[in-house]
Amino acid sequence: MELRGTANIDDPDGFYEELIDSQRNMSDEEAALMNCKLVLILANHIGDRTVLREALRRAGGQTR
Amino acid sequence: MLKTYTYPRFDYAPSAEQRSGVVRRHPVVIVGAGPIGLTAALDCAARGLPAVLLDDNDTVSIGSRAVCYAKRPLEIWDRLGCADRMVKKGVSWKVGKVFFRDRLSYQFDLLPETGHKMPAMINLQQYYLEEYMIDQVLRQERIELRWKQKVISLRQEADHVVLTVETPDGVFAIEADWVIACDGANSDVRKMVGGEFTGHFFQDRFLIADVVMKADYPTERWFWFDPPFHPGQSALLHRQADDVWRIDFQLGREADATEEKKPERIIPRVRAMLGDDREFELEWASVYQFACRRIDNFRYGRVLFAGDAAHQVSPFGARGANTGVQDIDNLTWKLKLVMDGAAPLALLDTYDEERAFAADDNLMNSTRSTDFISPKSKASRRYRDAVLELAEDNAFARPLVNSGRLSKPTPYVRSSLNTPDEESFSGRTRLGANCDDAPIARDGAEGWLLNALGEGFTVLTFGAAPAREVTSGRIRAAVLAVGDDLMDRKGALAERYDGRPGTTYLIRPDQHVAARWRSFDTAKIERALARAVRA
Repeated sequence: MELRGTANIDDPDGFYEELIDSQRNMSDEEAALMNCKLVLILANHIGDRTVLREALRRAGGQTR
Repeated sequence: MLKTYTYPRFDYAPSAEQRSGVVRRHPVVIVGAGPIGLTAALDCAARGLPAVLLDDNDTVSIGSRAVCYAKRPLEIWDRLGCADRMVKKGVSWKVGKVFFRDRLSYQFDLLPETGHKMPAMINLQQYYLEEYMIDQVLRQERIELRWKQKVISLRQEADHVVLTVETPDGVFAIEADWVIACDGANSDVRKMVGGEFTGHFFQDRFLIADVVMKADYPTERWFWFDPPFHPGQSALLHRQADDVWRIDFQLGREADATEEKKPERIIPRVRAMLGDDREFELEWASVYQFACRRIDNFRYGRVLFAGDAAHQVSPFGARGANTGVQDIDNLTWKLKLVMDGAAPLALLDTYDEERAFAADDNLMNSTRSTDFISPKSKASRRYRDAVLELAEDNAFARPLVNSGRLSKPTPYVRSSLNTPDEESFSGRTRLGANCDDAPIARDGAEGWLLNALGEGFTVLTFGAAPAREVTSGRIRAAVLAVGDDLMDRKGALAERYDGRPGTTYLIRPDQHVAARWRSFDTAKIERALARAVRA
């Protein structure tokens, strides 16, 4: 499986609003912790290490 | 002075060679009588190698130190005749609980499989372990254990090593065909040969305290991340023998070791942790820092390094002493064959090949645990906390929680001594792995596979055996036929080894799998045997 590069989210503006709203009442630290949980939950959903490594790379992270 | 244990004092005696002033050559000299040096001495004796064991002190381990001993070292000590006492005195446990702040994050069960002679893990103070091994060493005619003998210099000659040893009676020289250096993380011998010892040094300080108390806590391993009684750090509670409990506190990077060691600092910490006014007495405490590093080569000429002298890991996962014992298990049979002229010197280079591979596996695991327990940045701490918060309600997050991955033997999957599989095998046994134990019956009596394997090479075959032994050069492998020499009444052998009629394993003297086939082919076994000793 390859990391998807094309748009895949229904109603992009609606999703973006939902994402921002989900952290509306949080401090920066709380939001940062939630982001970590979100990454872990989504990473587990994907599971495929090749896709995850590609995502790390595309997000600007260092990869092996 | 401990309340539950009296340290034995072993008498120094000047050796005959020191008194006479005549330099003697010994086949093997072992430096350091800790758990690894004592194991080396017992394994030398078991394999027929006379050895002199030198220690610069005259007692056992001061403090409980290593504490956790895993199944594989126990199996090795069982081969050497001293595991029963350890298991009997030690505390077996299998449930671990992980707490985050004031809540139980999750719990795990090591779920030890039945059908193994040795338990998954025991907790036992290191002084007991050493005492039992010393008792066993003193019964060996081939071993001379000498106390208060400090190696102060070492010189390598073409075919031997010259050691200068200091004793209460002065300095004298002793010669050895081979030296096994088990003198710990600060190994003097390593410095004498100029061995590189590189890796990571960690800034975090840890306090370990042994307390004596009557507690009705279950025999479980409890690990806290960021608990209310010790904010921002981690803590561990473990039971040992004699109602002694081991408590570990992470102190952070800034802690003052001298201050933290004082009872007036330790007692309030322990009181806060226990959370009530139960009676306890402080037995022993120590503050330590650790490193994750290894020597660049396990063999320097005629000097062989084992245990912490060769590699140092973080304490998370109990990988120090446990892996050191496996170094010796790997080394001694090779040394014996080389010394007998039955295998070429090159066999000893595979000691470095296989045990450096294992050390790297241990270092990787222990570094990963350290990064989880003691995150180095705010961002990595946040991920760690996210995992711990998720773990309570989300099963997927639990395997990410790393409070130490408990020591398991490293299979030598890439070893040059292995003969690659030609046929496919399912089941858990891997080429290069140590043999799993299994219940068997022999001569009508219940027993264990590992006890049935001989001191040398073994050919284990399922079904009729066309030969009683296979030889290559001076190497002999005894044949054990399942269904004839030993019975697999419970079917555990067939299951664990994917055994079908004809399935044949070549097992090394250290009980690792060197080769396997689906049929008994003497010519192939001979070739694999030659390969397994580098002939």
